[in-house]
Amino acid sequence: MRLQLSPEMEAFRDEMRTFFTTQVPAEIRDTLAARRHLSREQYVQAQRILNAAGLAVPHWPVEWGGRDWTPLQRHVWREEMQLANVPEPLAFNTSMIGPVIAAFGNQEQKERFLARTANLDIWWCQGFSEPDAGSDLASLRTTAVRDGDDWVVNGQKTWTTLGQHADWIFCLVRTDPTAEKKQRGISMLVFPMDSPGVTLRPIQLIDGGHEVNEVFFEDVRVPAENLVGEENRGWDYAKFLLGNERVGIARVGATKKLISQAKQHAREITVDGTPLSQDPRLTARIAELENELVALELTALRVVANSADGKPHPASSVLKLRGSELQQAATELIVDIAGPLSLASFADGGSEVPDWARVATPEYLNYRKVSIYGGSNEVQRTIIAGTILGL
Amino acid sequence: MDFQYDSEQNDLREAVRGLLQRAYGDPEVRRRTVAADPGFDEKTWARLAEMGVLGLPFAEEDGGMGAGPIEVGIVAEEMGRVIAPEPFVESVVLAGGLVAAVGTAAQRQAVLGPLSEGATVLAFAHAEPGTRWSTTARGVTATEDGGTWRLTGVKEPVLHGARADVLVVSAAVDGGTALYLVRGDAEGLTRTGYPTHDGTRAANVTLAGTPAELLGELSGEGGGTAVADRSADVERAQALARIAYGNEAVGAMDTALTTTAEYLRTRKQFGVTLNRFQALTFRAADMYVSLELARSTALWASMVADAGGDVVAAADRARLQTSRAGRHIGKEAIQLHGGIGVTAEYSVGHYTSRLTAIDHVLGDGDWAADRLAARVDGYPTVDPLGAPYTRAD
Repeated sequence: MRLQLSPEMEAFRDEMRTFFTTQVPAEIRDTLAARRHLSREQYVQAQRILNAAGLAVPHWPVEWGGRDWTPLQRHVWREEMQLANVPEPLAFNTSMIGPVIAAFGNQEQKERFLARTANLDIWWCQGFSEPDAGSDLASLRTTAVRDGDDWVVNGQKTWTTLGQHADWIFCLVRTDPTAEKKQRGISMLVFPMDSPGVTLRPIQLIDGGHEVNEVFFEDVRVPAENLVGEENRGWDYAKFLLGNERVGIARVGATKKLISQAKQHAREITVDGTPLSQDPRLTARIAELENELVALELTALRVVANSADGKPHPASSVLKLRGSELQQAATELIVDIAGPLSLASFADGGSEVPDWARVATPEYLNYRKVSIYGGSNEVQRTIIAGTILGL
Repeated sequence: MDFQYDSEQNDLREAVRGLLQRAYGDPEVRRRTVAADPGFDEKTWARLAEMGVLGLPFAEEDGGMGAGPIEVGIVAEEMGRVIAPEPFVESVVLAGGLVAAVGTAAQRQAVLGPLSEGATVLAFAHAEPGTRWSTTARGVTATEDGGTWRLTGVKEPVLHGARADVLVVSAAVDGGTALYLVRGDAEGLTRTGYPTHDGTRAANVTLAGTPAELLGELSGEGGGTAVADRSADVERAQALARIAYGNEAVGAMDTALTTTAEYLRTRKQFGVTLNRFQALTFRAADMYVSLELARSTALWASMVADAGGDVVAAADRARLQTSRAGRHIGKEAIQLHGGIGVTAEYSVGHYTSRLTAIDHVLGDGDWAADRLAARVDGYPTVDPLGAPYTRAD
């Protein structure tokens, strides 16, 4: 037992902190700090800076740019990135399809995709969910039928995040409709978003933004070589990928940042001449939230400390569940601090309402998603009850 | 940073768990034990002493084992796992901790040696009727008369106050709070013991000019004539006890959840076992989340104490987290069982009762939240691996 980081880890943390706060352009970090949306170019620029320094895909196999870090190093890397308001490497690339290709793709696919995926030369999007396949992903209906050297894809995907920026899509498709278990008839295909027959339609969200899309496939011809891994094994790859998705999903650093901003904003609002930051009900609420976050961070540290042998710690399922709840609680806190100012959500010029108060409610509404994506919190409870408690 | 127990610590856990399983593996034995005074089993107390558990946190020259807060946390968690009624936290961690922190070398050896050997039980007589969770004494006052200190006033509830061989008593003197040792057979001492809802014992301790020995040296210039204010020592000792209670609560919550899960797997209604009802299993999953977050915080607070960090701040965090979790898990454990959970013959309700007691001994969640709230505007973010929780060295 030892609470302090070792001198080596202290040095590592300092190295990360220095890099993130000095090498990533302030304009990008300020945009993220202001909780405004980044442009495609800003995402690409930031990821290329990280990749050039070996900080985009440290968790990949070493031969494809990985660093062979300990789980603790990865944790510190991610936390420091969030605390510095550096956009994280695009998850679709670095946490999802990259590791899948590295683990299950053939050599040709690895050479064709991995370096460009790490550098965000290819922007990937995820074709998993469908209108009738949400939490019950295995009931997906998009089909791929073999025709000569091609697969012919028909169907529809939805909730495709940032699909409007994407060059390629990795897609779960049904290749064996007769399989006894529906999970066994699914394969993973990759193809360009500008393939003939692919149509993207934006979905407007309640925050006024355009973040997710519907994607339609009509007789899209995908060369057979674009099958990842084996035919009808796509479900295994999806599970592998979703396991990666849960890594770092606690987003402790990001929530810390939100709480520290909330404290700052509370000093800027006065109630009958007294700063809101002195209101005992508000400070108690912040104290409770902060304490929950400390507990979550410590749980994340326990998980990384105990998962060195490759097996996930049972408590890891807590991270997604509570991590999403705390992110949501922090965004809600900021809306409540803004109070009536929060109504100026879409004010542009000519408003004296500070920017943080304007973005507060759209972000709060947007963050309802975090307890839904990546396996909804109800799915997480099902996992905890089933695999941990044996219920 | 290392969150792994070493092999000696694992051995300690195994040994203590084995001893306590033999003693209280059958919940009926605990029920019988707490039905009669002194509310715990003197033989188990003696066995804990033989194992070195009762001297765990004390220096070897004082008759102890020289172990630290991590080991104390391990023992406390194992006590909680079977809700062992022996007063480990009350007698060893809190009352013994005060003697270790404040006492002179002679006092430490005279008091901590017998405590470590299991020959005596200590109690900290501090709470006063009409007050709560303070570091100071008001209702009991100390006066010096011809070289003898005498205490007058009422302490209540004093956990294990009737059984204790030696009482550590706080008293108001010279505008501060001093600590005294009072022998159980001292004149002018009246102790009225009673059972508490969780099966342990408390007492009304009435002092009427009771002779007492000042704990620690006099302070001041020229050899010392002034009585030192010990409220900071009380604060620190109570913080260490809060951390130990946090670990005890984790052990109790763990068993409450395990027992509940087992019940859901076996109890049948509507022709199926209860684990077929998602309304129940989701609530059990939420109990697990509360437990693991509380476990992390309690373990961390022990590590802060071990690292020489700010134990008072860490204890407040542990108190808040384990209080919220203890209430959540305690209440849900009964609800998911149904009526059987409220019966005395079934175990789970006693866990809820013990968790409720722990919650109110040294400050509850709201109390801890208020203390934390008073500080939140003074820093931007919390780093549990940094200042003030680890020393900057």
